[in-house]
Amino acid sequence: MSHHPPKWANRLLEWYCREDKLEDLRGDLLEYFGRNVNNKGKRLAGLIYILDVLKFFRIYTIKKINSRHMSSFHLFNNYWKTSVRSLARNRLFASINIIGLAVSMSVGLVMIVFISELLSFDTFHEKRDRIYRVLSSWKGITDDEPLDLASTGVLVGKKLQDDYTGLEEVMIMRRGAGFDIKVEDKTLPLAGHWVEDSFFDIFSFEVISGNPATMLTEPYSLVITEETLEKFYDNQDVLGKTVEVDGEHSFVITGVIKNPPKNSHISFDFLASFSTWESMEKQKGNDGLLNWNNIWMYHVYMLIEEGTDKDAIQAHLNQISSEENANSDRYSIQLQLEHLSEILPGKDLSNRIGPGMELKTLYIIIGLTLIVILSACFNYTNLSIARSLRRAKEVGIRKVVGASGFQVFFQFIIEAIILSLVALAVSAGLFYLIKPEFLTLDLAGDFISLDLALRTIVYFIVFGVSIGILAGFLPAFILSKVRSLMALKDASKMKLLSGVNLRKVLIVFQFTLSIGFIIAATISYKQYMFAVNFDLGFTTESILNVRTQGNDTQLLANEFSTVPGVEMVSRSGFVLSSGNIWAGTVKFEDPMDSIDAHYVQVDENFLELHNFELLAGENFPMRPDSSAEQYVIANEQFIDRFQMGTPSEAVGKMIDFDEKKLQIIGVVKDFQHRTIGGKIEPFLFRKRPKSFYFVNLKINSADMTGVLANLEEIWDKHDNVHAFRAEFFDDRIQDAYSEYQMMFKVVSFLSVVAVSIASMGLLGMAVYSTESRIKEISIRKVLGATEKNLVYLLSRGFMLLIVIASVVAVPLTFYLFDEMVLGDQANRLAIGVFELFFGVVLIFGIGLIMIGWQTFKAARANPATTLRDE
Amino acid sequence: MKGTNIGEFEELVLLTIASLTSEAYSVNICDEILSVTGRNVKLGVVHSVLNRLEEKGFISSSLGEATKERGGRRKRFFEVTHSGKVALMRAKEQRDQLWESIPEIVFKGIKA
Repeated sequence: MSHHPPKWANRLLEWYCREDKLEDLRGDLLEYFGRNVNNKGKRLAGLIYILDVLKFFRIYTIKKINSRHMSSFHLFNNYWKTSVRSLARNRLFASINIIGLAVSMSVGLVMIVFISELLSFDTFHEKRDRIYRVLSSWKGITDDEPLDLASTGVLVGKKLQDDYTGLEEVMIMRRGAGFDIKVEDKTLPLAGHWVEDSFFDIFSFEVISGNPATMLTEPYSLVITEETLEKFYDNQDVLGKTVEVDGEHSFVITGVIKNPPKNSHISFDFLASFSTWESMEKQKGNDGLLNWNNIWMYHVYMLIEEGTDKDAIQAHLNQISSEENANSDRYSIQLQLEHLSEILPGKDLSNRIGPGMELKTLYIIIGLTLIVILSACFNYTNLSIARSLRRAKEVGIRKVVGASGFQVFFQFIIEAIILSLVALAVSAGLFYLIKPEFLTLDLAGDFISLDLALRTIVYFIVFGVSIGILAGFLPAFILSKVRSLMALKDASKMKLLSGVNLRKVLIVFQFTLSIGFIIAATISYKQYMFAVNFDLGFTTESILNVRTQGNDTQLLANEFSTVPGVEMVSRSGFVLSSGNIWAGTVKFEDPMDSIDAHYVQVDENFLELHNFELLAGENFPMRPDSSAEQYVIANEQFIDRFQMGTPSEAVGKMIDFDEKKLQIIGVVKDFQHRTIGGKIEPFLFRKRPKSFYFVNLKINSADMTGVLANLEEIWDKHDNVHAFRAEFFDDRIQDAYSEYQMMFKVVSFLSVVAVSIASMGLLGMAVYSTESRIKEISIRKVLGATEKNLVYLLSRGFMLLIVIASVVAVPLTFYLFDEMVLGDQANRLAIGVFELFFGVVLIFGIGLIMIGWQTFKAARANPATTLRDE
Repeated sequence: MKGTNIGEFEELVLLTIASLTSEAYSVNICDEILSVTGRNVKLGVVHSVLNRLEEKGFISSSLGEATKERGGRRKRFFEVTHSGKVALMRAKEQRDQLWESIPEIVFKGIKA
């Protein structure tokens, strides 16, 4: 017969069919194939053959699953028992491993909850796959780097609304509406946004009453959340009611919605219709709403049609920006589409509408967490390999009885998993201890709750099991390779410990990390203290800054000055040196030469109150707030920038500030007007009473709480809507450096974790090596070695490892901080010997205690007792 | 033994094996069933029934000589075992008893 059925079908049959059935089954199939070739033709016969091969895949034809693999599962009981016994027998090792793993796993748990919470953001929107927003990046002609913004212009939204190609909805909104809402005699300050009516078409916020399609169409419509509703009303029936806003507008409540979920990047107490804002702008005569560069307060969200290519929308945006940029030579704005899921965690953007979490920061935290977890896994690996000698006999017997390498491997993996699950239980307890600490970090913001969900608990267990596998892999692998004959004949001669070098490397790695973390913690603490105590060039001590929150600043200043203990009062636009910047365009004689000068708005008492050093000229003259702005006071950088000569020569010169002619009346010595990370730049003091937002009080009193109480009393008389908000200048500055403080907190926590893991690992190794050398020690002692000799002999090797770790860690950390972390700071700590070697000394101390304790114990042991056996 | 009762198709296969005496192998059984009953049974079905009957101990099998038409593969010949024969006879007895208990009037005038 010249015809053959398809070969692959034959191979398939051979693969699945058990041997005793294969012979005749294949014969039968071939016989039929032969008949079919004659009756039905070759091709059909082949097809039938293939179908038959597939059809014969039945329980009674397939091979039995390899019985060896099956029995591993039956042996599970036995593994469980031996594992628990072995852990119970070695309580010290078990607890070192459990504590080490638990400490690092608790950090991992925080990360798991944190990340899963971050990733849950905005997932409740039903159409989330199709929701995008427009980002802008602004670049002035003199800027090196563009400024990336979450906001964009109304113009962009309008242009998209003119041409809906590929778009289902486009919504323009203005963020940050602060309303003082008054219902009957109750007034509350609330926060919300101005949004267009398509808001509810795009987002899935739950509407309780009102028509979502139209409730934000008309001007002066207001949609409130359930929580807001409960603050004002007892009943639910509020549609059509009128509320008073800021004492001058009346809004009609057109809808009530559920509070935005915690995991929404947009949060609000109310939503006002965007049309209200548009008409308000028109009334005020502001016609800049549609200006191309009006991109600081507005956001555009859109819902794209299903199946639309986002590149097409992006191309549309590119077209808009290139058309508009053509009309401007001073700046350029680029537009970019961002998907809803990229908002949080996302890019580092200014003008965010909600909380922000940079992806980069997230990666760094994850990286650090992984390092800590790996370090604890190493401990397990390390100690288990060291102890594998003791388990070798057990493995030998198991192998003689017929265990395969895989089974032994499986057994030790199970043991590691059991241990890591116990550690998981402990770390879940620790999780609740560190959770509040983590939440106080600025890092987490107030948008994270770290509450457990069922899903996260599943993640926890998966995490625990994977840690077990990770930690147990190497010891399990090594033990599975044990040769039974060697193990049973003379276990002590076995060269199981080819892992010796590996173990040393692991210890060095752990200590390098520990030393690095301690150094990092020391440096961040020192840098924080350096920043907080930095001499800014003016006085900040016992100065209280009170937010005026829209009240008459002059009136408040006058009233506050009557309080006993208040020495002096001034007013200003914002708090200097704490992260805020105001800037305007300044020109001197040459109209083509302009700079963006930073400035602060102050009154005539400000310089004296803060002890600024006037180099030449004089302070602002005492004049009523209503008089026109006439003078500025400049710093040295400013007069240098325009080459005005000496300070006294500069006094009297006229400058052009935002198209206004102003005269330099005085020159102050340079001072640190930004946070210390920034360089001192050309800076001006302006007297602009219209933009005063703070009253500065110099307080000299033993009874600070009494003074504050008096001030608050005065405040409440003037403003019963807003709470009294005051902060000492020094506290404000401390807040401004919270990033250093946060870094210090995180790093010192991690260093505690790393050090405890490393020292436990070291303790374990010390215990192991002294135990296994106890006979040698005793013999040495009998032969006349002193305790001192013995301690030296035993600790030498370990101390050498710590020395190596220091040699690696110190330069590495120094480089990291000197170049990368502090590299771009204008004023920074000079990293000195103390910062670098504090950690080394500490680690040596801990290492000495750990090793010394064990070796001393071994050296003191009575040789008679240890040598008596055998 | 998985059970002593046999199904209708199992009985048919058993009877076919018995009737083919020493020539009973899967393909042959299929052909024989086709020629006697006109039922076009699939090889897979016959195979699985043979397997089941063998597990129940009603038939035994042995490999024969290789033949050319089967690409050199050997045939598996089946034989009815003692318990198979007992089971067949019991089935026949049960039916005969039932036949005998039917009054003649029931089948009067009906031709198969």
